[in-house]
This record gives sequence, C-alpha cells and structure tokens, in this order.
Amino acid sequence: MAVSESATETVAAGPPPATTGFIGWMRRNLFSGIWNTLLTLVAAYLLFVIIPPVASWLFIDAVWSEAPPETCKAAHGACWAFIREKHRVIFFGRYPFFEHWRPLLGMGLLITMVMASCFRRFWRPWIALVWAGGLGAFFLVMWGGAIPISYRTAAIAAAAVALVIGLRQSNGGMRSLMLWLALLFAALILAGGAVIRVLDAVVKELFGVDDALAPLAGVWFEIPTGLSFVPTSLWGGLPLTLLLSILGIMVAFPLAILLALGRRSKLPLIRMFCVGYIELIRGVPLISLLFVGSFLLPLFLPRGVEIADLARAQVAIIGFSAAYLAEVIRGGLQAIPRGQYEAADALGLSYWQKMAKIVLPQAIVLVIPPIVNTFIGLFKDTSLVSIVSLTDLLLSTKDMAIGDVNWRAFYAEGYTFIALIYFVFCFFMSKYSQYLERQFETGRRKRR
Amino acid sequence: MANPNPTPVRAPATGAWWNDRRVRAVFYQIVFVLAVAAGIWVLVDNTIENLRARGLRTGFDFLGARSGIPISDSIIPWDPDDTFGRAYLVGILNTLRVGIVGIILATILGTIVGIARLSQNWLVSKLASIYVETIRNIPLLLQLIFIYALFGFALPEQLDPLVIGGGFFLSKGGLMFPLLKLEAAHYAAGSVFLVSFAAMIVYNVWAKRRQNATGVAPPRLLPSLAMLLLPTIIVFLAMGAPAEFDVAAKTRFRFIGGGAIGPEFLTVLLGLVIYTAAFIAEIVRSGILAVSYGQTEAAGALGLTRGQTLRLVLLPQALRVIIPPMTSQYLNLVKNSSLALIAGYQDVVAIENMTMNQTGRALEAIMLIMAVYLTISLSISLAMNTYNKRIALKER
Repeated sequence: MAVSESATETVAAGPPPATTGFIGWMRRNLFSGIWNTLLTLVAAYLLFVIIPPVASWLFIDAVWSEAPPETCKAAHGACWAFIREKHRVIFFGRYPFFEHWRPLLGMGLLITMVMASCFRRFWRPWIALVWAGGLGAFFLVMWGGAIPISYRTAAIAAAAVALVIGLRQSNGGMRSLMLWLALLFAALILAGGAVIRVLDAVVKELFGVDDALAPLAGVWFEIPTGLSFVPTSLWGGLPLTLLLSILGIMVAFPLAILLALGRRSKLPLIRMFCVGYIELIRGVPLISLLFVGSFLLPLFLPRGVEIADLARAQVAIIGFSAAYLAEVIRGGLQAIPRGQYEAADALGLSYWQKMAKIVLPQAIVLVIPPIVNTFIGLFKDTSLVSIVSLTDLLLSTKDMAIGDVNWRAFYAEGYTFIALIYFVFCFFMSKYSQYLERQFETGRRKRR
Repeated sequence: MANPNPTPVRAPATGAWWNDRRVRAVFYQIVFVLAVAAGIWVLVDNTIENLRARGLRTGFDFLGARSGIPISDSIIPWDPDDTFGRAYLVGILNTLRVGIVGIILATILGTIVGIARLSQNWLVSKLASIYVETIRNIPLLLQLIFIYALFGFALPEQLDPLVIGGGFFLSKGGLMFPLLKLEAAHYAAGSVFLVSFAAMIVYNVWAKRRQNATGVAPPRLLPSLAMLLLPTIIVFLAMGAPAEFDVAAKTRFRFIGGGAIGPEFLTVLLGLVIYTAAFIAEIVRSGILAVSYGQTEAAGALGLTRGQTLRLVLLPQALRVIIPPMTSQYLNLVKNSSLALIAGYQDVVAIENMTMNQTGRALEAIMLIMAVYLTISLSISLAMNTYNKRIALKER
C-alpha cells in the first residue's frame, strides 16, 4: 500500500509547469495569474467580436473584380471595384487623363529620390545636385509646354554654377567670392525685375532712351518640350502631396538653420526676431497659415503679380515647417558640447566658419531622426491643403472619386484605400527613423 | 563669470574700430532691423495699395454689425441677429469646449493605452501597439472626414435611433442621453460634498505637518476617503435618495427631453481623442520606462511600501519626463481642433471663415483666429513652464 501511495503522490505533483515552448510561452505571457487571464479573455473576446465582420467586409464578401456600382450594392462586403474604377483619379486628381504617365513618372522620380536619400552612402554633397536635377525634371514633366528662358532662369543657372564652382574651390578667397556671387544671383531671381527697372531709369537719365532694357525683363526665348502645357491648378493627387511635403522640408531647411542659429545668437535683436517668429508660428494652427497663404499672400505682393494656389499653399507650408525644424535643429545645437565651440574659437575661426565647419555638421547628423519625424508630420499635415481647395490625395478622393454620384455609397472603401497609402509611407519612414536612431546610438556607445 | 579682477575691456590688437566685436554687433543688428523694417514696409505698402485697388475696407468695426450667421451649437444663447463680435465669442467658447473635454478624455484613454503597451500580457500589449501605430500614421483630417462620413451614412435616421440602453440613443442627429432631474437632495448633497472636500484638505495638511514634526505619519488614505464620501452619502440617503432621470422620448416628429450632443461635436471630439491618445500613450510609456528599476529597488531597501514607492518615488520622476511633451500634445489637440471646420462644428476657425466670406475682411478675421490660438498656447506654455521649474531636478 505504502508503495502505491507514494506513486500516486508522485503523479499528483507532476512535472514542473512548462516555461518553454508554445504552452510555456502562453503561460508566461497570457495566463500568469487571475488578473492576466481575465485581461487575455477580454482582449480575445474583443478580437472575436471585431475581426470576423471586418475581415469578411475587407476580403471575403468584397467585390474584387471590375463591376458596376449596382453589383457592389448587392454585395455585403467592400467594393474594391470602386478603387479599380477610380484609382487614376485618386492618384492624379484633375491632371488630364491621357497625360497620366507624366505625374506617374514625376511621382516615381520623387519616391526614388526619397528612397535613395535614405542610404547613408549617398549622404554626400553631390546629392543636393541630384535633388536639384530631379526636381527640375519633375517640374519639366509636370508642366510641359515651352520652357520660358528669362532673367530668372538665367539667374538660377548662374547661381547653381557659382555654387558648384565655389564649393569645389580649395582656395579660401576664390571660394567665398564664388559663394557670394551665388548669393547675388539667387537674390536676382527675386529682385531681378526691380534691378532691370532701376537700370532702365539710369539709361533713360544718361542717354535719353526709353525702355532700352525693358525686353530683358520679359521672356527671352522659349524651348519647346513637345508636351502639352498643364498649369499647376490641374496638378493633384499623390504627386501633389509628395511635392508639397518634400519642398516644404527642403526649402524650409536652410531657413530653419538660420532661425535656429538666430535663436541662439548673442545679438539680442536678432534673437528676439527669431524667437518671435518661431513661437508665433508654433502657436497657431497650420490651417490659419494656409488661410494667410491663400487669402493674404496675394495682398502682400505688388499689384499685378499673380501667384498660383499651389505656390500660396507651398509658401505657407514652408513657413510652417521652418519654425518646427528650427526647434529640432536647435536641439542638435544644444547637444554639441561647449568644448567644440571653444576649440573652434581657439583656432581663430570666424562665426560662420565655426558654425559651418564644426558645429552644424555634428548637430545636424545628431538630429536626422527627429528631422525624419518632422517630415512624417508634414506629410500628414499636407492633407490640410484640401481645406483651401488644392486637389491633394485627400481631396481627389473625397471630391472626385467619392464625389461621383454613382459611387457615393463607397466612401469607406475610398478612405480606407488612401488611409493605407498614408500609413505605408508614414510607417516605413518612422521605422527608418527608429533604425537611424539605433545606428547613431551604437556609434556613440562605441566611441565611449 | 565672477572674475574678481575683470580685465579692462580694451580695443583688439589690430586696433581698427571696425574690427571691434561690439561695434560690429551693433552694426549687424542695425542692418538687420533695417532689412526687417524695409520688408514689413514693402508688405504693408503693397497691402494698402491692393486693398485700395479692390475697394476693400479695413478695420474691426464689422464686429458690431449684425451677422446673420446660423449657429446650431452654442453654449451661450445665439440668434442670427446677434453681432459678429458675439459670434466670435461663441466660436472661442466652442473651441475651448472641445479642447477641454478632448484633453481630459485623451489623457484618460492615452494613459490606459500607454500602460497597456507595457503590460506583461502579450495580447494586450500587441493590441495597444497596433492601435498606436495605426492611428499615428494616418492624417487626423482623414480620420475626421471618415468619422463624419460614417455618422452621415452608417448611422440610422434621427427618428429611428440605435438604442444603446440606459436611455442612450445614437443616430445621425448625434448622441442623446438621460439627464438627472435635479432636486433639493442633490443640491444639499453637493454642498455637503464641497464642505467635506475642504475638510479633507485641511486634514491632509495637518497630517503632513504632524509627520514633519514628529516623524509619525497619521493614516491618510482611509480617513480622507471617509471624510470625503460618508457625509455626502448619508445626507443623500437621508433625503430619500431621489434619482429620477429625464429620458429622451420619441414623439411623432422628434425626440423630446434628455440631453443631446450634436454629431459635429461628437465627430470632432472622437477624432481628436482617438488621435491624440495615441501620442499620449507613447509619452506615458516612455515616461514610465525612463525611471530606472534601481529606484524601485532603492525604495524597497528603504522600507517604503508599494503604494509609497509609486506615489513618492516613481510617479514624481515619471511626471518630470512626461509633462513637457504632454503639454505640447495638449497644445496640438487645441490647435488640431481647428480642423472642426471639416465636420461642420462651429469652432472659432469655422465662424471666422464664415465671417470672412460675408464681410470680406480676411486680414481681420485671420488675425482674430491667430489671436485666440496664440493666447491659449502662450498661457498653457507659461503655466507649464512655471510648473516645470517647480518640479525640475534641482542641480547644484
């Protein structure tokens, strides 16, 4: 008897609970106590309630093939036939239907450049030139028509050439001369018209000839591209969203550097101006800035100067992101140890040399992950331009695809589809930023 | 800094006055101010010129004129005959209403999700992660438009609402809910509650003083709760505990009685809360993770109880990490409420947008919008900076 008793005891005690394998994993992560088990059951019940109907709507009962709206209305699931029917309008908005290869090409160009810029081996000065060329090609393809060559085009080309030559000079004097020239040409892009008018007046005063230089102010000649002209008012969809966010961050970047430096400047008036600008912009919602762009910007410009709706929104977005980027960059500047500033001073570098060669290169690399996050935020925020009637991805879906009376009932499919597009872009960019953060962290750890 | 023998400031070695750093600083600033002033002068000049050319008038005199704007959802009484100035006030109040309710709800939801992401329960933490990742990566405007469309299409008509139970109905007309019929007992219980709240604070101050003086901590939690709740409950029960609700009832054409929240407000509130909570969840999570485990162990070694550890050691340190980003999320929520426009909720942006269309005073209307948000932003940052200074690590 004693033997059998001890045998039953052994059986009752059993082996220790499994802590490995699937069962063990479940025990540790799902059922480790009453509270935990209860939570698991509640969560599982929630999933049980939510997943089957959503899945059958999304996949099982959905209409995948091409079909008229009537077929979709009869079905219980999602109407992906709607996306099949309307995807071109969703992607390209009002852009002429038979020219859709152009925005497709432009979009491909932008996405390729963004993806290429993610590789650290391409983080070289020449990538700026690639971007300049790529953006030029984008506008060429999107606009088409004839390229007008005027003092503006000439000034842009001259500024670019001076910049490239300047950056390749090793001689300090030549280098700064070229960079100043580039700045001068860049100023001529905006102020060229006024300069020509002044010169005109001088010529009239000296030689008594009327409007001798006036032809210079107009279009010199045109280079036909062989493509039909499509004004920016017809651009739309995803290329527009991408353009607004990419230019929004790229043009804002140099402004943001100046604002960040200004905010840390020792000159009180400059510091006050930068603080005032940054806090003003960050204190108001983007929509109010878009209102400023679309209603007030035309009032601010000289009479007779027209500005396209796209440019108005773009200016507002640039002004907006400059303030946010400036704060990100300021964070980087603050993280640079004082010793770096002092060492640069000890070497006798001037303020701009100190910043351009010592401080900024370190500070900007440090804040690349938050810059990517700012870009993600901006990418999402560009959807606000739909409120000022720019046909971006959101408005092309809302007004043009869902706005079609026959397909009105399938709003959920349309919004789900573009939500997926936004999600894919933002998700991968945020994963990329986290990846960079880890990379930089290990770099710092190794150095220690 | 505090050099006892400051070297006398002298001209730099090169001697020329234009190489003097201070002279240059003054010069640069003068040039800068002149450039900014010139820029502003050009803008103002252009604007005046343009306004004159278009025959537009300027000034804030329109605020006193009859507006004729229909406003359906207002806290203060509104009539279309009221002025634009009053419409502005209605808009500000609506912005504040959605902002304040949104901040409270988003904080609650965000904290729950943030803690859920740290849960040891695999399923719960994964669900929380999916929520955060999905919501953060989709534009708020798209979410608002989607929710608004759902309200418009998917919900039943107002007269045939979805019955949630307990007197709650959901329909295209919004959410209807029961209202408590207020009687003398409620007012009495309310006043008693206020008095006991004051008494509780006095007791806690006394308890703290006593602990500081003698080192012995009087019990605080149970007496506090008892002082706070017992008198109120006793008074309420003694007066017969009336709890009659005014439930919305259907007549032939509409529902009568009860309380109601419009679909516009619900859309905006729901969108803002869901979106902001995802960001708050991340902040709460990183705040909790930021307190190192050594702190818990040290507190245990000092003999603190679990509750004391949480209250006196972990929470204060986590809050120091959490509060600054939390503030900026609150500000974001208030600024994002400007998207209410898209759902037809009449916040300050929507009302000033209408004003702009009716009067043509774009400049003034936009300035009014910006003034509201700047005031809110600056006052919240000011309050938070003060608070932050108080709880900041005192470094010596």
